Amino acid sequence: MRVALFLTCVNDTLYPDTGRAVVNLLTRLGVDVDFPLAQTCCGQAHYNTGYRHEAEPLARQFSDVFRGYEAIVTPSGSCGAMVRELYPRMGERARAEGRGDTLARTLAPVVPKTYELTEFLVDVLGVTDVGAYYPHTVTYHPTCHGLRGLGLGDRPRRLLEAVRGLELRELPGADECCGFGGTFAVKNSDVSAAMGTDKVRNAESTGAEVLCAADNSCLMHLGGTMTRLRTGMRPVHIAEILASTEEEPLG
Amino acid sequence: MSGTFVGMPAFPKAAHDAVNNPTLRGNLRHATHTIRAKRAKAVSEVSDWAALREAGKQIKDHTLRHLDRYLVQLEESVTRAGGTVHWAADADEANRIVTGLVKATGESEVVKVKSMATQEIGLNEALEAEGIHAYETDLAELIVQLGKDRPSHILVPAIHRNRGEIRDIFAREMSAWGRPAPDGLTDTPAELAEAARLHLREKFLRAKVGISGANFMVAETGTLVVVESEGNGRMCLTLPETLISVVGIEKIVPTWQDLEVFLQTLPRSSTAERMNPYTSMWTGTTDAQTADGPRTFHLVLLDNGRTDTLADQVGRQALRCIRCSACLNVCPVYERAGGHAYGSVYPGPIGAILSPQLRGTASEIDASLPYASSLCGACYEVCPVAIDIPEVLVHLRERVAQGGQVTRQGTKVVLKPAKGHAAERAAMRAARWALSHPGALRTGQRLASRTRRLHPRALPGPGKAWTGSRDLPAVPAEPFRDWWQRTQGGKENGK
Repeated sequence: MRVALFLTCVNDTLYPDTGRAVVNLLTRLGVDVDFPLAQTCCGQAHYNTGYRHEAEPLARQFSDVFRGYEAIVTPSGSCGAMVRELYPRMGERARAEGRGDTLARTLAPVVPKTYELTEFLVDVLGVTDVGAYYPHTVTYHPTCHGLRGLGLGDRPRRLLEAVRGLELRELPGADECCGFGGTFAVKNSDVSAAMGTDKVRNAESTGAEVLCAADNSCLMHLGGTMTRLRTGMRPVHIAEILASTEEEPLG
Repeated sequence: MSGTFVGMPAFPKAAHDAVNNPTLRGNLRHATHTIRAKRAKAVSEVSDWAALREAGKQIKDHTLRHLDRYLVQLEESVTRAGGTVHWAADADEANRIVTGLVKATGESEVVKVKSMATQEIGLNEALEAEGIHAYETDLAELIVQLGKDRPSHILVPAIHRNRGEIRDIFAREMSAWGRPAPDGLTDTPAELAEAARLHLREKFLRAKVGISGANFMVAETGTLVVVESEGNGRMCLTLPETLISVVGIEKIVPTWQDLEVFLQTLPRSSTAERMNPYTSMWTGTTDAQTADGPRTFHLVLLDNGRTDTLADQVGRQALRCIRCSACLNVCPVYERAGGHAYGSVYPGPIGAILSPQLRGTASEIDASLPYASSLCGACYEVCPVAIDIPEVLVHLRERVAQGGQVTRQGTKVVLKPAKGHAAERAAMRAARWALSHPGALRTGQRLASRTRRLHPRALPGPGKAWTGSRDLPAVPAEPFRDWWQRTQGGKENGK
């Protein structure tokens, strides 16, 4: 199977460890992963801030880069939801504006082939035990676009529960938003910070060493809050936990 | 705190004060989390909830699609049953009509059933200006009115108050409005409720004119429906001789059978009850010889921006709203910012999409409301008529940031972008250009990596909004794409 890694612009620039973890994990599971270098950004930030027309060229570019692959895997619930939920909507809006079917037809091929990482593991590869080893206490935050957008359900939890050495602690108020919300984090920074602080306090109350999520944007916000509050917890993307093995353990 | 929402600051500024008010935060956290859990339980008992939600959505969409027809049918039914129908294009016209109707009775007092439509148009203030006193009879509305306060929640307007604050308001203010609070009033719920009952009882027995809204209007029979918990509504709807109901035109359902769906979904979504304690239904006027009820009935049908909202393909779904407030109770932003920050009688997620449509996006507060959300989607998930609130929020952000065609007073106009978005627009365009050129992205990434030891820990300008409360992530030594190219995806050089 020809699988493309859509890493996302945020991970490419700020979290290369997550990208390496996805590559190592999928390679270990026998998947031939490619990283098409022409990839940049899905356009989510533009779309959600009200710049749909600026997001359209990025979406078309996404389709050009990825349409030839059998599956597109991304370690981001929100970027995955952008492609799966909002690309079809962008096509519909263009049609409603009298711009014809071109955009809808351009974007359609990539929509059903795009998978968030945990979906790809559980649904496509059919594995929950990926052979990982991670001897730490972990609490899991299901990010909003993964939880309510893509409907990831208990896939991340099943994957984490199968990791040897890992002790999973229940996060109180797990389904509440962390307060990142893209440009919301700066446009409404007071409310965003209050939400982030409450999320971090809930995570701290579990006594876990690690706060895990399937989206580094949320973890960037929560990690920045954790160090500012001097909690001693650390944020880790689920890909890095699943990539960790006894031979090559990660943090 | 003033009694109106005029001249409210933008949402972030109003929210700043609320976020830093520990009493308010505590009151809201306690109240929203309690009702949130109860709603989830009440909804989980219904095995066909998803089907009811879909049915509610479809009934509303069908009715809105044929609103012209159903409004005329409703007018005919109400008239046949002895009522008089008035049409109000905006708030001023509605207020003029109601004030004129009250004056014609010769009365200078009215009792009110809790009503969002009359709050939306500022009816109490309009009546007061003509020397007519309007008495709110819903317990929470009474607290708000006595406290010279503003409502902060659709269903529980005094949600921002705790028992101690309510006791103080009753003890201080009741005597100026009628029967004073009993001496030695404590903050126990039973004592507070009894004080309100005694205070309100004399108003019910004296009033000759009642004013209400309605949750639903059934087009086929001209029947209006109010659902409530306290029985004050039943008093106002049956005791006074004259009843005036002010209702938004989107509140129609075609038939009684349609009502069946909403009488299941509304109580469970709002108060988390299987059935609300009082459901009052009335059709036109009542014959004095045979039954209780008004001898004169006026229905004021309110547009006030609704037809314009209906013209918008994405935004029109907001008109499905049945005012249950489930979206407020699950919203993490509402929980922390409080209802007043939304600058409207419609706070929370539904307010953030209703106010900028009903009032337009010209004012600072209305232009800021579409951004008052992290787009977490909890509101959409609980909405009993499946309003995709995040979708409408993003749509309205586009309207604010980019301008575009809207309908105002029935005429299509092209809006200019709202003020203050020029820098953002330029940044978004520049980012789009860079992201359309992988080489440009790589150059930027490499520059960031090479200068990473020089990055400040606190950003200036708009970046302060991030670093004021959060540390920045450390920029890595090389972006992923450089590692991939250098190692061919880890195949060379180990890692």
